[in-house]
Amino acid sequence: MRILSLAGRRLAASIPTLFLILIGVFLLLQMAPGDTVDALMAQMGGGDAATARELRQFYGLDLSIPMQLANYLWRLVRLDLGFSSIYGKPVASVILERLPPTILLMTASLSFAFFFGLVFGVIAARGVNRWPDTLISTLGLIFYATPSFWFGLMAIVVFSVYLQWLPSGGFEDIGTMQTGLWRVLDIARHLVLPTFTLGLIFLAIYLRIMRASMLEVLNLDFVRTARAKGLDETHVVTRHVLRNALLPMVTLIGLQAGTMLGGSVVVESVFSLPGLGRLAYESVVQRDLNTLLGIVFVSALLVIVVNFVTDLLYARLDPRISADS
Amino acid sequence: MDALKRYFRSPAAVIGLILLLVVIAMAISAGFLYPRDPLSLAGRPLVWPFSNPRFLLGTDNSGRDIAAQIFYGARISLLIGGVATAIAILIGILVGAFAGYYGGWVDNVLMRITEAFQTLPNFVLLLVLVAVFGSTITTVTIAVGVVSWPAPARLTRAEFLSLRNREFVQAGKTLGMRDIKIILGEILPNALPPVIVYASVVMAVAILLESALAFLRLSDPNVASWGNLIGLGRDVLRVQWYVSAIPGIAILVTVLAVSLVGQGLNDALNPRLKSR
Repeated sequence: MRILSLAGRRLAASIPTLFLILIGVFLLLQMAPGDTVDALMAQMGGGDAATARELRQFYGLDLSIPMQLANYLWRLVRLDLGFSSIYGKPVASVILERLPPTILLMTASLSFAFFFGLVFGVIAARGVNRWPDTLISTLGLIFYATPSFWFGLMAIVVFSVYLQWLPSGGFEDIGTMQTGLWRVLDIARHLVLPTFTLGLIFLAIYLRIMRASMLEVLNLDFVRTARAKGLDETHVVTRHVLRNALLPMVTLIGLQAGTMLGGSVVVESVFSLPGLGRLAYESVVQRDLNTLLGIVFVSALLVIVVNFVTDLLYARLDPRISADS
Repeated sequence: MDALKRYFRSPAAVIGLILLLVVIAMAISAGFLYPRDPLSLAGRPLVWPFSNPRFLLGTDNSGRDIAAQIFYGARISLLIGGVATAIAILIGILVGAFAGYYGGWVDNVLMRITEAFQTLPNFVLLLVLVAVFGSTITTVTIAVGVVSWPAPARLTRAEFLSLRNREFVQAGKTLGMRDIKIILGEILPNALPPVIVYASVVMAVAILLESALAFLRLSDPNVASWGNLIGLGRDVLRVQWYVSAIPGIAILVTVLAVSLVGQGLNDALNPRLKSR
């Protein structure tokens, strides 16, 4: 209960942050050349000034900027993100349609990066300054420096064009509509390359943190005690060290949530996945500012939620956190 | 001097420095080796690398020399990376210094803003900035700098928090020095080293951010940038994959060099942490 109230308080503290972001980006977008009506008129193939004026009145764009901002925030409280003139639908439903692939991709990449980061980090720390450590650390540095979109393109060349093992893009096969388990397998096949591509840089970060954290915990007194009482090395590592070394890794999930969402913009564009990131890119290209603002809102919300979950997880792993403060 | 000696004792740091010097040399010699505009037509399109001595690295889809674009691209990447990092560090130091020195409501307000910037994914903010201000090389550089300042700000704030109650600061106050003089003249020089080392991380990320933006064709199309070339090569990826592959390696090497130099500096300046 205590954990929940603690995490809840942090969640409540992030609401002003969310408003700050929205107000900031709203005001920023006022400076953009052209508004929704311009985009709409261009879509219709042009029109006269009178129609434009009417439309502006209809969308409330003739009001002063503070009034528009107040209107927007009031609609937001009712979860109304406005209307996308490009897609001809409410922004909320456009975003909801695009959310599942992104969440799936992020979860898969995070699991991939977390798991292999952990394994490689442990291996590197166990053989510190010997060849496994050198090899893993070097690979980590190279992965960290690899631009994700480039890695994605090269993976397409190797695995889709030459070996023809995996599809080069898309979320599922549209030609053969599949159902049930086959559909799940089909989507999984399509997500293999994007998952590796997005997860690569995080794998590099996680293994570095895991290695450092393992080395630190391995020097603590309770590890010496565990060894002294005759536990074998595997037991010491899995039961005693790992749990404590995991804490910085969990912190990192919260810190990297935003970066990962940003990375999915690029990865979804490389693999033409119909996700939130690609929607962000499309709305910039098509000047659909309403949708863009909606995406800003949803991605900030997503980051806040991930941090909330991380807090809960952290408290579970480390009972001391809920005990004091 | 000791730090310098320690730096050169680490092979990774030396390799990083050599790679970085190579990239800098490429940037400097670009105009001299390839006097023509790198974005002008040079020959037949899609010549494979090493097949024609005139175009060592081949040509892209519109017949432009890839080698020339790689050399000029080094200029753009270093320029954008360097200037954006300078902007980010400058904003970060200002915000962090004031927040850490004054504490109280100043700290509260500034940290709230920092938090807001950290909650919004920086690439999404970058997209918003490009959508609003357009994508010339100046606006892109400033935008990359503007999205990268929160981490240096937090670092500077932490340094200031630990330094602001030291004796030399109190001595300055007793002498009647003005706040701004204490912040800039007394505390900042002591708080600077870790921030400067962190600049290498900011620069590595800045180069990656700009190249990703260029790849999406949202950066300045009128300069020879590595990201632009990768985006262009995507159209012919299935057969002429080298058009995308070559500039990607250039980005990888540059980012790797910057990170290695940063890590080397960090180890050399904080020798106690090196054993980790």
